[in-house]
Amino acid sequence: MKKLLFIIPLVIITISACAQQTESSVKVEEPQAVNYTTELVVPDISIAWGLAFLPDGSMLITEKSGDLIHFKNGTKTIISGAPDVYVRGQGGFLDVKLHPDYENNGWIYFTYASSEGEGTGGNTALMRAKLSGNTLTNQEVLYKAGPNTTRGQHFGSRIAFDNDGYLYFSAGERGDRDTNPQDITRDNGKIYRLYDDGRIPEDNPFYNTPNAKKAIYSYGHRNPQGLVKHPVTGEIWEHEHGPQGGDEINIIKKGKNYGWPVISYGINYDGTSFTDITEKEGMEQPLFYWVPSIAPSGLAIVSSDKYPDWKGNVLAGSLKFAYLERLVLENNKVVKREKLFEGIGRLRNVVQAPDGYIYIAAEGKGIYKIIPN
Amino acid sequence: MKIIASFCLLFLSGLFVSAFGQDKALEESIKRGSEIYQDFCITCHMVNGEGVAGSFPPLAKSDFLMKNREKSIRAIKYGMQGEIIVNGNTYNRIMANLGLLESEVADVMNYITNSWGNTNDKIVTEAEVLEIKK
Ligand code: HEC
Repeated sequence: MKKLLFIIPLVIITISACAQQTESSVKVEEPQAVNYTTELVVPDISIAWGLAFLPDGSMLITEKSGDLIHFKNGTKTIISGAPDVYVRGQGGFLDVKLHPDYENNGWIYFTYASSEGEGTGGNTALMRAKLSGNTLTNQEVLYKAGPNTTRGQHFGSRIAFDNDGYLYFSAGERGDRDTNPQDITRDNGKIYRLYDDGRIPEDNPFYNTPNAKKAIYSYGHRNPQGLVKHPVTGEIWEHEHGPQGGDEINIIKKGKNYGWPVISYGINYDGTSFTDITEKEGMEQPLFYWVPSIAPSGLAIVSSDKYPDWKGNVLAGSLKFAYLERLVLENNKVVKREKLFEGIGRLRNVVQAPDGYIYIAAEGKGIYKIIPN
Repeated sequence: MKIIASFCLLFLSGLFVSAFGQDKALEESIKRGSEIYQDFCITCHMVNGEGVAGSFPPLAKSDFLMKNREKSIRAIKYGMQGEIIVNGNTYNRIMANLGLLESEVADVMNYITNSWGNTNDKIVTEAEVLEIKK
């Protein structure tokens, strides 16, 4: 009996610690009629994290486990000279992106988990290099977040360029929620902005803040795995994984705090809560939040003429539910959500290629092209 | 809400049961394994090892885990791909290589084989994990 009495307060604490959540304002629907289908164009890739198209139409694919694959005329070639990748948990070879002026300067950018630098473990790094035959040359590490840690979570990462040629990339908070994202003197849980050669722009928001990491452009992020330039407005759009619930879409603005983990629409995986508030002055509200989480991976905003039904829509891969989510927006408000290609596989990436077609990467399968019926 | 609350309760009571009556080394290993689990496994196998129907097999009361010690260690050490049957359900998915150290594989094995109704008093050691090849 004594034992039982001891358990009662525990029960009460447990129940009250289990938080309730407000679902997304717009629910996801089954599509009515989809005028597009998918075609597997690159088979047999376990996790195709990043995808870039060279001017000849061939593809550069980063495989999370560490390979850089060049796919041309139906053949995969492993490129040598790729960065040394720290493969652990959610870390590995991450994104790949061509310089906007690639045709003239040949620069290719990569993010990856790296064990270089201070501490055991790894953290997100940014490298640029050139492709010469089947080898990378001129490798330059432009940024390495630190310190390293053996945690398995939240490396990010995606790379994007804006219309002025600045480079943005994301690094997740490395599973250190209460230390990293709100502290601008530390890496992780940040979106960074650099010149294309890795120098830090003097007008970065914390350039003159003592001890700050000067490359930071925005902070208070959890694990951003979607980052693109909006094809019409030129703004940088981002999405990030929340915990259980609370994935977000944000428009990235200079020096802003996106709130993690002080404000969030999510709760812990065990159902308990870590914050009671979803809004706070000085912290940005997301443009949209997902409850329940879809685990958004890969982000594209459709601008090509190949998909008249989808023009201006946001596409996000769902890692969790294995479908492509289409979000219709009016005045930057989500008004409709649709599940496309349900069951295609856990999606890791969504890219609108220079040829106007959209390509998606599904775990264990490879890369699919979306084609009109 | 009710479901979440009862999961929380289950979780707590699970912790209770596994905390008592174990020998010290196993107890310590389970404790470290619990941290590895939160860090590396929970996103797929979920908070009570229940998995996600159709996508991620359960670890709680998993016949596969409890009857295939070596295969389970190999899966956690190197990743796993291809058809398997867990509690009568077929899965044909991928678990990528998680990049754990041998000692971490042993710890998380001790945790998952002693949680959520699973029991295993034969401790998995680092040496045993080292022996297991691809
Ligand atoms: C990305 C998702 C994911 C993560 C993270 C993950 N697993 Fe798995 N796990 C799977 C999948 C999928 C399978 C089934 C693979 C197949 O179909 O061949 C599996 C199978 C297993 C199995 C054998 C089947 C069973 O249910 O008994 C064990 C044991 C296991 N995982 C343990 C772990 C442990 C321990 C961790 C953390 C160290 C972990 N997994 C992390 C997805 C994951």
